[in-house]
Amino acid sequence: MHLDLYTIWFILVGVLLTGYAVLDGFDLGIGALHLFTSKDQERRVMINAIGPVWDGNEVWLVTGGGAMFAAFPNVYATVFSGFYLALMLLLASLIFRAVAIEFRSKQPMYWWRQMWDIGFAGGSILSSLLIGTALGNIAWGVPVDANGEFAGTFLGLLTPYPLLVGVTTVALFMMHGAIYGVLKTEGELHDKLRRWAMNSIIFFVISAVTLTMATLLFVPHMAARVREHPWLFSVALANMLAIANIPREFHRGNDGVAFLSSCAAIVTLMALFALNLFPYLVYSLPHPENSLTIYNAASSPKTLGIMLLIAGIGVPVVVAYTISIYWIFRGKVKLDHMSY
Amino acid sequence: MDVLTLSRIQFGATIAFHYLYPPLSIGLGLLLVLMEGAWLRTRNDLYHQMARFWTKVFALTFAIGVATGIVMEFEFGTNWASYSRFVGDVFGSALAAEGIFAFFLESGFLAVLLFGWDKVGRKTHFFATCMVALGAHFSAVWIVVANSWMQTPAGYHLVGSGMHARAEVTDFWQVVFNPSMLERLFHTICGAWSAGSFLVVSVSAWYLLKGKHLEFASKSLKLALIVALVASLLQAFSGHLSAQGVGRNQPAKLAAFEGLYQTTSNAPLVLAGIVDEKNERVVGISAPFLLSFLAHNDFHSPVTGLNEFKPQDRPPVQASFLFFHGMVAIGFVLILIAALGFLYFKHGTLHQRRWLLWLLVFSVFGPQLANQLGWFAAEVGRQPWIVYGVMRTPEGLSAVVKANVVVASLILFTVIYFLLFTVFIYLLHQKIQHGPDDADLIPAGKLALPPEI
Repeated sequence: MHLDLYTIWFILVGVLLTGYAVLDGFDLGIGALHLFTSKDQERRVMINAIGPVWDGNEVWLVTGGGAMFAAFPNVYATVFSGFYLALMLLLASLIFRAVAIEFRSKQPMYWWRQMWDIGFAGGSILSSLLIGTALGNIAWGVPVDANGEFAGTFLGLLTPYPLLVGVTTVALFMMHGAIYGVLKTEGELHDKLRRWAMNSIIFFVISAVTLTMATLLFVPHMAARVREHPWLFSVALANMLAIANIPREFHRGNDGVAFLSSCAAIVTLMALFALNLFPYLVYSLPHPENSLTIYNAASSPKTLGIMLLIAGIGVPVVVAYTISIYWIFRGKVKLDHMSY
Repeated sequence: MDVLTLSRIQFGATIAFHYLYPPLSIGLGLLLVLMEGAWLRTRNDLYHQMARFWTKVFALTFAIGVATGIVMEFEFGTNWASYSRFVGDVFGSALAAEGIFAFFLESGFLAVLLFGWDKVGRKTHFFATCMVALGAHFSAVWIVVANSWMQTPAGYHLVGSGMHARAEVTDFWQVVFNPSMLERLFHTICGAWSAGSFLVVSVSAWYLLKGKHLEFASKSLKLALIVALVASLLQAFSGHLSAQGVGRNQPAKLAAFEGLYQTTSNAPLVLAGIVDEKNERVVGISAPFLLSFLAHNDFHSPVTGLNEFKPQDRPPVQASFLFFHGMVAIGFVLILIAALGFLYFKHGTLHQRRWLLWLLVFSVFGPQLANQLGWFAAEVGRQPWIVYGVMRTPEGLSAVVKANVVVASLILFTVIYFLLFTVFIYLLHQKIQHGPDDADLIPAGKLALPPEI
């Protein structure tokens, strides 16, 4: 594989979506754990742990979508129109989640807060499940006709393998969110989150092992590149070591390193996914010749070049101020009159 | 209903609802910058209290703006997939640039604006506020670039044929500065400033009427009235530029705005009326020569009529006409209201004129209605094209999406947006009832000035 503009954009879209998974992953995970405590104070602390940053984190998805539209318009069009109902459900759950964060603590009534809490948790779990299931379908392959249009149905997307990827994504984000929560809280909630983190690590490891077996047995093309280039197995190995390192650092009380390991686990998982998918973006089953690749689905080289310039100017600036904003809000969450 | 009608209703409804919020974020963003800037300059802590209160309102509008904005980005792909394939090379870049240059800036620094008050110093906080406002304005830039390209496509060429035809960029700067972009951006931003400033005008006038938070209300009102007056005057000026641009670039649209069927020299401008589509004329009051003058800066130049275009190339006349004239009428009423408010405020007699204060309270609906009507006019007037002169709206539809799933998503959005709107109004009402916090009159922590020695 040589590094042409198409490949660069494949990597860049991958970087944006990985950035989304690493950053909004813990937001979604915190949401998925939200109902595990019934104490209002603890729920507020959990929401405020992600309060200042969730919005910026979600922009990674928006920009990833925009980059997909600009760089690979055929993929954007085929996937978005083909996964219509699934995307509408994703939009509904993202909306509920977003406004629940904003609205829940604005009124003291029990029913009010309970309603938004359910919206926040339900929206977070459903978003994670849908995003994972979508990735699972891309990995498995979806029916595409000769015109490059999706030729399947909504129910056809809900088969066991994609759903397994969806469940694994929920588990991954719960683990990631719980560790983030441990970093941001103190006292009783901190101890609770530590227990939830251990349980979600177990949940995640079981899902991930099952998913790995299922992939090797039933989706051989998603392991093909690593099979051809055995040195790429190092990525799989790095992934396993990153996951194994999480409970290890946790026991030693190095919560920060545990969180970084969790980030590394997400990055290596996405890398494995991308490595084996390349150069496909939508793998067509049962007619692989209809697949959308980074070449037949891309914009013109001119546009890809312009966009690369835009990304080259924009992304470093974004990363710089994102880091400084995380720095400003470092440390444990303290509730005050500005909090959600 | 067929999938075309349903998809148009869904896109129109979701963007109309979305568009209630970004103008408020842009306008309030500007006012927050002015308030905080005044606080830093004058050290009058009343400005700090104002910035704190309006930040809370800003947060509310921003949250719904973001949540409903993601829908817009997805809907091009879900409902208008053929359009997305056709224009992705050109149009996608503008959306991606919006993400990178505007959304990250806005949402990143929003954290500092909302939650950073006691974590950073006052200058850093002011910088964050400026960045949020700048981000909000940038997002208007890129969205207007994208939409203007649909109105007046430029800097592209067509490649391929049939199913595989698409527009590809030839000159990026021509895409960005396409013929209608600058005047439409100017006009859109003025509308947003109006939306934000008239909201502040309205709430402040309400406090004055109720005799609450008088000092706070008076200062907010003064600042907001100035912005409202400037914005509504610039609105008329930019509207004039924009209408001239429409005449130049999209003559069928201007003819529909004016209900003009026959190409006419010395064309009159309709001040109020309705189109009699059967007899191809307008019933109403007109000002002679004025349309010719407005379109061409000359009282006698001919203005192109709808009859120059084949019936299948004309926009819906009655709707375009009414939306356009509704917008213009509201625009002029807003200038009048802002000017009256400002004059009496300067005279110091505004507080006694309760009728005018009530008018100011209700003025908040003006810019919202005008912004909506303006966009309706712009988009309905573009029909039957999705990309003006290049691609017709029905050709942009998704090939695989059936009417029943669009019905499902339309119901879903209707329910969710109805709920969101109710909650938004309820929470806005609560915030207004609660009013500014007196504790904010004494900035604490890092915001406090060092004690003078």
